[in-house]
Amino acid sequence: MGEKRSIIINGLIVGFLSTLLVKFGNPINMGICIACFIRDTVGSLGLHRAEVVQYLRPEIIGIVLGAFLMSYGKKEFQTRGGSSPFTRFILGFIVMIGALMFLGCPLRMVLRLAGGDLNALFGIVGFASGIYIGIQFLNKGFTLKRTYNLNKAEGFIFPIVNIVLLILLISGSALLIVSAKGPGSQHSPILLSLVVGLVVGAYAQRTRLCMVGGIRDLILFKDWYLLSGFIAIFVAALIGNMVFGFFKLGFIGQAIAHTDGLWNFLGMTLAGFGSVLLGGCPMRQLILAGEGNVDSVITILGMAAGAAFAHNFKLASSAQGPTANGKIAVIIGFIVVVLIGYFNIEREISFKVKGDVKVEG
Amino acid sequence: MKVNVVDARGKACPEPVLLTKKALEIYKNGIDVLVDNVTARENIKRFVKSLGYNINEKEELDGILLEIRK
Repeated sequence: MGEKRSIIINGLIVGFLSTLLVKFGNPINMGICIACFIRDTVGSLGLHRAEVVQYLRPEIIGIVLGAFLMSYGKKEFQTRGGSSPFTRFILGFIVMIGALMFLGCPLRMVLRLAGGDLNALFGIVGFASGIYIGIQFLNKGFTLKRTYNLNKAEGFIFPIVNIVLLILLISGSALLIVSAKGPGSQHSPILLSLVVGLVVGAYAQRTRLCMVGGIRDLILFKDWYLLSGFIAIFVAALIGNMVFGFFKLGFIGQAIAHTDGLWNFLGMTLAGFGSVLLGGCPMRQLILAGEGNVDSVITILGMAAGAAFAHNFKLASSAQGPTANGKIAVIIGFIVVVLIGYFNIEREISFKVKGDVKVEG
Repeated sequence: MKVNVVDARGKACPEPVLLTKKALEIYKNGIDVLVDNVTARENIKRFVKSLGYNINEKEELDGILLEIRK
């Protein structure tokens, strides 16, 4: 099927370009990581003071603008919003807390595994478990309610903000903080990162590539479409890592990772659970934001706030492992997501009837 | 003929597909689903085809009407 071939090619491109970015300077197994890169960007803007993770990542800007340009060209750009915005903000915040417990978004989880980092296995099992829990809520009728069409101008604001950030970055503005050491100091040339972001964003806009959607659709509808993209990323990154010599099998001494299996598992369980309720993984939120979805913009702001707090309150893990504060935050995160899930269940499904008899659902 | 219409406009995925699934469990002969974005349309199409239904699309003023029939 043509559609499926397209998403597999999309996945292969994402996987390969990710290893290419590592080759040109990004941290190991972090060619693209939406959670890490939002965190780095927030740090570059001075919203947290973790000195090793501050850099305005052009990949994020590229993904948003790539999705924006593609959706605009294909007449799919549509400004919409109003679907429980503050709940989305909170969910975005919590997904970030979970991701920074594990040290990576769902995309980096796959890239880590493709680099031989076996700690990611705990993450993947957790991620799938979180999705499974979230699906139970979806099946009971969980909904964040519908979106509405908004004034078109509203949808342009987020892409414009990204252009402004890009100008700051290219002009070498002194407003931005750049890490002198640590992961934030490791990055590809701006132009390469930007172009990779644009390609990934534009392509993923077409195929709807989504890490959460992959496992979700398989469980819910026995539909392999999105998951085939996910698998393709793994395969291409695995080959790329072998070719470039980055592949290193094992648990210990992996780059920007820790070996606490339980908390790797729980961090990604939380990220998967929250993401299912949001309807998409962090990368998908960037794509949707580029398409004019203001709810996704709010979600990204929630993730950005979550990243800032994660470092200000010492919730984020490091190579030494998780922190006590981080464990408490993840547990609180679970409680909050369960409450959000419970209080947004709508039991009725209503039908309108074409014809004259009213039918209840 | 009377047809039940599910209004899935404005819903984020996977909700339109889930609504379609639930509605088809009640009305096995077919339903109409009204959606307003391309992703929902594609996902519903893929889903109902996997169940062996036929699907016909109609552009309407306020969205796309998907006619799903046995």
